[in-house]
Amino acid sequence: MDLTLNIWRQKGPDDKGHIEKYPVSGVSPDMSFLEMMDMLNDRIIREGGDPVAFDHDCREGICGMCSMFINGQAHGPNRGVTTCQLHMRSFKDGDDITIEPWRAAAFPVVKDLTVNRSAFDRIIQSGGYVSVNTSGETLDANAIPVPKPQADEAFSAATCIGCGACVASCKNASAMLFVSAKVSQFALLPQGQPERALRVKRMVEQMDEEGFGNCTNTGACSVECPKGIDLTNIARMNRDFLKSSVDS
Amino acid sequence: MNIEMIDSKIPEGPLKDKWTSHKSKINLVNPANKRLIDVIMVGTGLAGSSAAASLAEMGYNVKAFCFQDSPRRAHSIAAQGGINAAKNYQNDGDSVYRLFYDTIKGGDYRSREANVHRLAEVSTSIIDQCVAQGVPFAREYGGLLDNRSFGGVQVSRTFYAKGQTGQQLLLGAYSALSRQISKGKVEMCTRHEMMDVVMVDGKCRGIIARNLVTGELERHAAHAVVLASGGYGNVFFLSTNAMGSNVSASWKAHKKGAFMANPSFTQIHPTCIPVSGEHQSKLTLMSESLRNDGRIWVPAKKDDAEGIRNGSIKASEIAEDDRDYYLERRYPAFGNLVPRDVASRAAKERCDAGFGVNETGEAVFLDYASAFERYGKTEASIRGLKSPSAAEIIVLGKQVVKAKYGNLFDMYKQIAADDPYETPMKIYPAVHYTMGGLWVDYNLMTSVPGLYATGEANFSDHGANRLGASALMQGLADGYFVLPYTIGDYLSNDIRTGEISPDSPEFELAEKEVKERIDALMNNNGTRTVDDFHRRLGRIMWNKCGMSRNAEDLKSAIEEIRVLRQEFWADVRVPGAIDEFNPELDKAMRVSDFLELGELMCIDALDREESCGGHFREEHQTPEGEALRHDEEFAFVSAWEFTGDPKESRLHREDLAFENIEVKQRSYK
Repeated sequence: MDLTLNIWRQKGPDDKGHIEKYPVSGVSPDMSFLEMMDMLNDRIIREGGDPVAFDHDCREGICGMCSMFINGQAHGPNRGVTTCQLHMRSFKDGDDITIEPWRAAAFPVVKDLTVNRSAFDRIIQSGGYVSVNTSGETLDANAIPVPKPQADEAFSAATCIGCGACVASCKNASAMLFVSAKVSQFALLPQGQPERALRVKRMVEQMDEEGFGNCTNTGACSVECPKGIDLTNIARMNRDFLKSSVDS
Repeated sequence: MNIEMIDSKIPEGPLKDKWTSHKSKINLVNPANKRLIDVIMVGTGLAGSSAAASLAEMGYNVKAFCFQDSPRRAHSIAAQGGINAAKNYQNDGDSVYRLFYDTIKGGDYRSREANVHRLAEVSTSIIDQCVAQGVPFAREYGGLLDNRSFGGVQVSRTFYAKGQTGQQLLLGAYSALSRQISKGKVEMCTRHEMMDVVMVDGKCRGIIARNLVTGELERHAAHAVVLASGGYGNVFFLSTNAMGSNVSASWKAHKKGAFMANPSFTQIHPTCIPVSGEHQSKLTLMSESLRNDGRIWVPAKKDDAEGIRNGSIKASEIAEDDRDYYLERRYPAFGNLVPRDVASRAAKERCDAGFGVNETGEAVFLDYASAFERYGKTEASIRGLKSPSAAEIIVLGKQVVKAKYGNLFDMYKQIAADDPYETPMKIYPAVHYTMGGLWVDYNLMTSVPGLYATGEANFSDHGANRLGASALMQGLADGYFVLPYTIGDYLSNDIRTGEISPDSPEFELAEKEVKERIDALMNNNGTRTVDDFHRRLGRIMWNKCGMSRNAEDLKSAIEEIRVLRQEFWADVRVPGAIDEFNPELDKAMRVSDFLELGELMCIDALDREESCGGHFREEHQTPEGEALRHDEEFAFVSAWEFTGDPKESRLHREDLAFENIEVKQRSYK
């Protein structure tokens, strides 16, 4: 396949940045999108240029590191996959492909397609945990039965990989889907109850402080989420947040 | 060769009491003094995050480092199948002893009894701990935890969260770590990579780290350093490891005096998606849990295999009698659930004999047809369906399989562009885990005072072959329940030391050496990319130090690697600048270390004149082609000391005593 890539190049957070055109040829449909990028970088390096910087690590869709905005969609045209799982067979010979970084004020660009997502870590640090020490001297694991449907729902919320596609897809750059997934995981489990009110309050406050936008219920986040995190998590978080505000 | 023996400091007393009595006898650091002590943690996977969180809870000041943009992304996250624990919830006769026994036997009698028993003992606390943290394990309808079985054992002791167990456990440890970061007890340095360890007066007192965003070199001092930096499977270029997984932290420690133990012990995982072409950058694992329900086969007739390869016939067209379920045939007792090394070699044997089922001839089938039928019948019965049709049964069966393995089937479809619900999956072995690693004593301290290694970075628990669902167990056991206690024994001598200064000549020299190495790479102006060298190294390692090895190949591999290493330093091209975000430079540093490690792996494989677990020397096999150990000569751990050049590495040995288990030739027949 022969393709034309339009790639966002930006030297650092203070650089203005621009789109640069790169024709590539000899792309195999069996390549992953990132292997196609490897091929391009290999050529750029051999020609003495500066390769395109992009985040990636596990390349099997679970670490949440890869983060490309491809033709106007987070992680590209397919549903339920990360950029690293996208394969070139999803494109046609002769295609023009535009590749940009996640765009959000709370995710400043590090270089080219790499952004800084440490705001997500700070949100988790504000309350995304159960306060239990790691002594191992806790109750026997089977002492607290959890109904299967509830456990399954908590699991679904917990599968968030923290990639930030939700933020990148939202016209307001809102992080509500990410935050609500963690809030929901614990809200649905007995272990999460003692800190339930405090947790949601702190995490929402931190989210606001980081400069993420508000939620206007367009649902784009959930559509583009590679793990299919459900919008009902946002509803649950709103309910819990309201309740915690009224109670306090 | 002058071989020296080393002391692993195993506590006295009966096996089952060693850990309890050790814990009650070792020195402690009182809470007020812990505040005066700094610990550095390199790596934030299961072993690193859990240990960082635990040490901080206890009161130590912790600085943690990871090269990723967040501690949540370490490669532990990709572990799929599950975590073992001797809970015996299924009432199938499991016990601490049985988990200990299975692990020693699975490791082909090349691991340390006392460590493995401790691992089995603390396994149950891991599950309690994780549940308390809100890790959403799979549950049964009664609300209690569900289990599945895994290769190499005959009980169901594996806890899981669909095919994302590693993710859920890591996020649990990450949440515990985040809690301590918020309290200011852990300082988290993301996008940082350890460049070297710093020795002061014979003790490890800190590290030189590189800020990967700015390129700056930083000095970090502490009373002790813990390496939880994972395994080195990426020496093979193609592996199931993440792209960034590397040996550099361990290798730098090795060059400063830490022994490298059994470096050639590599786990080749039997169920991975086969290589599709030259462009391949990594391989993807399909969880071993798939072997629970899937059946592995190749055509029994060469003509059929040929037909499958050229596309003239389909798998479904081959009659039941013309299929060779070779694992069930060769190992009737364990069937498709034999340990990983055995399953991998059996696949290679069939493919080498000409029965492979993809274009390259390097793939076998993993077939779910009979599982669809079996589960479908059960489900039909549960739903009270009267005489359901065969088609209805299959539909129901597929639903059950989807609930159990849905994400794995989706992943396969995504990568292979083939629907595993309709046609059997094609799989082939791939490098997955390294049992070898830094030598540690019972306290998890390396041969360098004050330098510890945990998780996959150390060597201690899995012998020559790791059982499925045991990596997560070991990472968390080391991090939550072992290291936080044992490190106190050493640190109790440091309560009056005071803060360690990063301004000493030792730190200055270490930083200077790192800078020179980076400068040499940047100013090289070569013609070949880093990946080019990495790929060539990988090919040498896979062909000559992979699933089966022989003396002749290993000798030539050593020479080829030495030549390649010279060429690397003469001709590698690293673009960009030092003082900026430069992933190619990060990669070049890692590959330069792999180029030295690879040689030591071959030296170790050559030295070990026996077959055991994942280490299969063609010269040493039974008449049936099984691994043949030589216990009289090789029941020891090979611990290599760096003396300036991998070729001159000095061998130390730790003899393995098996006092609580009868050593037998492993049989899964």
